[in-house]
Amino acid sequence: MTKQVEKVDRVIIRFAGDSGDGMQLTGDRFTSETAAFGNDLSTLPDFPAEIRAPAGTLPGVSAFQLHFADHDILTPGDAPDVLVAMNPAALKANLKDVPRGGTVIVNTDEFTPRALTKVGYAADPLEDGSLDGYKVHRVALTTQTVKVLEGFDISRKDAERAKNMYSLGLLSWLYHRPTEATVTFLEKKFAKKPTIAAANVAAFRAGWNYGETTEDFVVSYEIAPAPMPQGTYRNIHGNLALAYGLIAAGHQSGLPLFLGAYPITPASDILHELSKHKNHGVRTFQAEDEIAGIGAALGASFGGALGVTTTSGPGIALKGETIGLAVSLELPLVICDIQRGGPSTGLPTKTEQSDLLLAMFGRNGEAPVPIVAPRSPADCFDAALEAVRIAVTYRTPVFLLSDGYLANGSEPWHIPDVADLPEIAPNFAAGPNKVHEDGSEEFWPFLRDPETLARPWAIPGTAGLEHRIGGIEKQDGTGNISYDPANHDLMVRTRAAKVAGIAIPDLEVDDPSGEAKILVLGWGSTYGPIQAACRQVRRGGQQVAHAHLRHLNPFPANLGRILKEYDRVLIPEMNLGQLSMLIRARYLVDAVGYNQVRGLPFKAAELAEVIKNLIESDAVAKVGV
Amino acid sequence: MPELLKLTTKDFKTDQEVRWCPGCGDYAILAAVQGFMPSLGIAREDIVFVSGIGCSSRFPYYMNTYGLHSIHGRAPAIATGLAASRPDLSVWVVTGDGDALSIGGNHLIHALRRNVNLKILLFNNRIYGLTKGQYSPTSELGKITKSTPYGSLDAPFNPVSLALGAEATFVARTIDSDRKHLTSVLQAAAEHQGTALIEIYQNCNIFNDGAFENLKDNSVRDRHLIRLEHGQPIAFGAEDERYGIVRMPDATLKVVPLEQAGDSVLIHDAHAPEPDLAFALSRLPDPATLSPTPIGVFRDVTRPTYDQLMADQLDDAARKLGSGKLAELLTGSDTWTIS
Repeated sequence: MTKQVEKVDRVIIRFAGDSGDGMQLTGDRFTSETAAFGNDLSTLPDFPAEIRAPAGTLPGVSAFQLHFADHDILTPGDAPDVLVAMNPAALKANLKDVPRGGTVIVNTDEFTPRALTKVGYAADPLEDGSLDGYKVHRVALTTQTVKVLEGFDISRKDAERAKNMYSLGLLSWLYHRPTEATVTFLEKKFAKKPTIAAANVAAFRAGWNYGETTEDFVVSYEIAPAPMPQGTYRNIHGNLALAYGLIAAGHQSGLPLFLGAYPITPASDILHELSKHKNHGVRTFQAEDEIAGIGAALGASFGGALGVTTTSGPGIALKGETIGLAVSLELPLVICDIQRGGPSTGLPTKTEQSDLLLAMFGRNGEAPVPIVAPRSPADCFDAALEAVRIAVTYRTPVFLLSDGYLANGSEPWHIPDVADLPEIAPNFAAGPNKVHEDGSEEFWPFLRDPETLARPWAIPGTAGLEHRIGGIEKQDGTGNISYDPANHDLMVRTRAAKVAGIAIPDLEVDDPSGEAKILVLGWGSTYGPIQAACRQVRRGGQQVAHAHLRHLNPFPANLGRILKEYDRVLIPEMNLGQLSMLIRARYLVDAVGYNQVRGLPFKAAELAEVIKNLIESDAVAKVGV
Repeated sequence: MPELLKLTTKDFKTDQEVRWCPGCGDYAILAAVQGFMPSLGIAREDIVFVSGIGCSSRFPYYMNTYGLHSIHGRAPAIATGLAASRPDLSVWVVTGDGDALSIGGNHLIHALRRNVNLKILLFNNRIYGLTKGQYSPTSELGKITKSTPYGSLDAPFNPVSLALGAEATFVARTIDSDRKHLTSVLQAAAEHQGTALIEIYQNCNIFNDGAFENLKDNSVRDRHLIRLEHGQPIAFGAEDERYGIVRMPDATLKVVPLEQAGDSVLIHDAHAPEPDLAFALSRLPDPATLSPTPIGVFRDVTRPTYDQLMADQLDDAARKLGSGKLAELLTGSDTWTIS
């Protein structure tokens, strides 16, 4: 039979299964195929903290959502058009997110009475009508995979495990994905086990062929490549982009990169990645604890390296004292906080933006630290470079506030031309900087650059600049210990002025009509959902402006003026109003918060509703006046 | 070139007023270290002193080298980052019994097992000085202090035993007032490749005066001090009353009169591959009287240093893969091009 081909402009697919079903790998492969095909895309892995949660249970469900389109998209999508459910738990946990009319592909082999009971299904949802209204494809994924692999000299367990590749093959057929790269990937991944490699490739191809031949699937879909600016692209996750940004900053500054880190979700991948690149002069130190991680990084900075530490919220809580020391020593240091749900251990694998005030204030004393936040997975690259620029130029620790969604999410990245990357100049001190009245010269470690207020960075090995610095208050200029009240007041104010005076670009506002009355202000990973929501609102004929902060300390110089240009300011955050608090305190603006801490990014449609309601209530209020 | 460096003790003094209490044992240690430094033949700019918090940790301010006075307990971690990224430097850590063994215990043991090229001077006065007289993790059980008016309840650490258990490659003990011995131990530590832990018994004349009097008083110290020397019999005592250390059939050590011990007196072997003798020696003193206390180098063995291994990995990677090219890295292998 000839199958129909339908053209669609975008699709959201969610793969869901047991933690051990290989859903993340399946999603990653489908993403790579989609990236290679040239669609715009955005991904959202969503998995439990347990490595192998009890099989077949709701907490053990691991999912991967991918949104791809023939046009520019910003989020992994609100609701899946297609759900691939590898077992009853995956169906039960995810079906509520699929709108009626959506497609559900289920692995019928796993719908046994026992598996159904385990997740609380009284009756088989495939039979009792609860899937009415969905396009349901019942596929015996396990049986069919095992059958295909009968001729292979592998265990039944290994054959069953290849069912994820069978499903990937089927979906690849359904959406016309290129397959060569997946075959190459499997051959490489299982290079040491050629039989397993061949079996997985066979399962993958069989899944494709099943789609091609079965009458169950009568339509396949085409999503044309998205128009994107000229250039070379790759798909990239936030943590990888962040690691690359740090390596690039090492090259651009000529400073050897030193990472001191303790493993923690969702930051560990940065440690893993950086540890691969020793030929770029990158040193990685897996420390005995979070405190040693940042301590070693700070020690390396004292020695003239680019000291970096990577962690998540619980780690920041432990590093606080050392961050304060870095503030006091005025040495470059980059602190990457890949935020996750808190407090305490919280939700290790889920995203949240709730460390903003911790980054801003979480130290004893007046200890200002600049804060930079990336807005998308690929943007982690540029944000890392910016954090390093500030750290090195101003001799200060800098927070890079990413989060779990950015860390594990991915999108196409326009690979930059290395020649276009910013130069970062360490400008090490080379000689004395203080001339006394009698003409004698001396090195003063706290004699500042009058413009940036940065102190000189004199590294060991430089003759004549030997000096001693510490966490005790220092005399302005000489850096000698000083308990003098006026000097302490001066030093506290000078450190604050240095951070407040950091040169950063003005904030840009996205307000295409120029007639918006409502401004949506965001920071960090909410960029995609907020921008998508604003576009939805505008498509509906209403006007809204969007501004997104990369710098949270200091704020852009024009932020206050922008805030006052709008009747209302809406601040959506994945916390209970931390940026709102800063904005209200600093600018006396009656900002409205929209806050969620569900461990997942905002849904664009939901935000669009919030914006529309605000526009309408604002209009009503004005009429009332 | 070291021989061209004509540095003197004075070159290592700074213009900062030394702010320890009059009579503090730290003065003697400072003088010994300043006096010893020129013999290293290392330029001042290539030496860094890193410290934590406590009386001893003010030390870097008084050394005319690079110096970093950090936060409580973290000096070994900070110095690890410095030494690992700058193997060309001579990095010294100055710490105390509270700093190293209480708040910073974790960093100390990990620095020791890694064998980072650090020389750690642990000033042990068995009391908290800077916080004004609370008991420390090396204070004897039942110690009456401001925070333990009814006596302390926790068994003390023995820093030498602890370091040996933490896989240290160099462990020594010396005494603040014995400049000659202190200098000889500093010399041995400086020559050692890797982490060296030197426990220095240091008198706090304000809060724990006389803690080591048996070991310092010229008239009695020979009766209580065992001076360990590699390759020499382990013996001690006053002229009229000499003792030797022998190993009993159950492997424990015993102090016996020298004439009685004869040839069975143990010969000290600081380079023994296993630390069992060193550990047994560290357990000899009576915790209450500190007699007999071995001083000198307990253990000095060779193991690759962390910083060298790290540098080797970088060199290997550069040799095998070529020096990293940023553009190649960013591009990777899985790209597509829009023209």
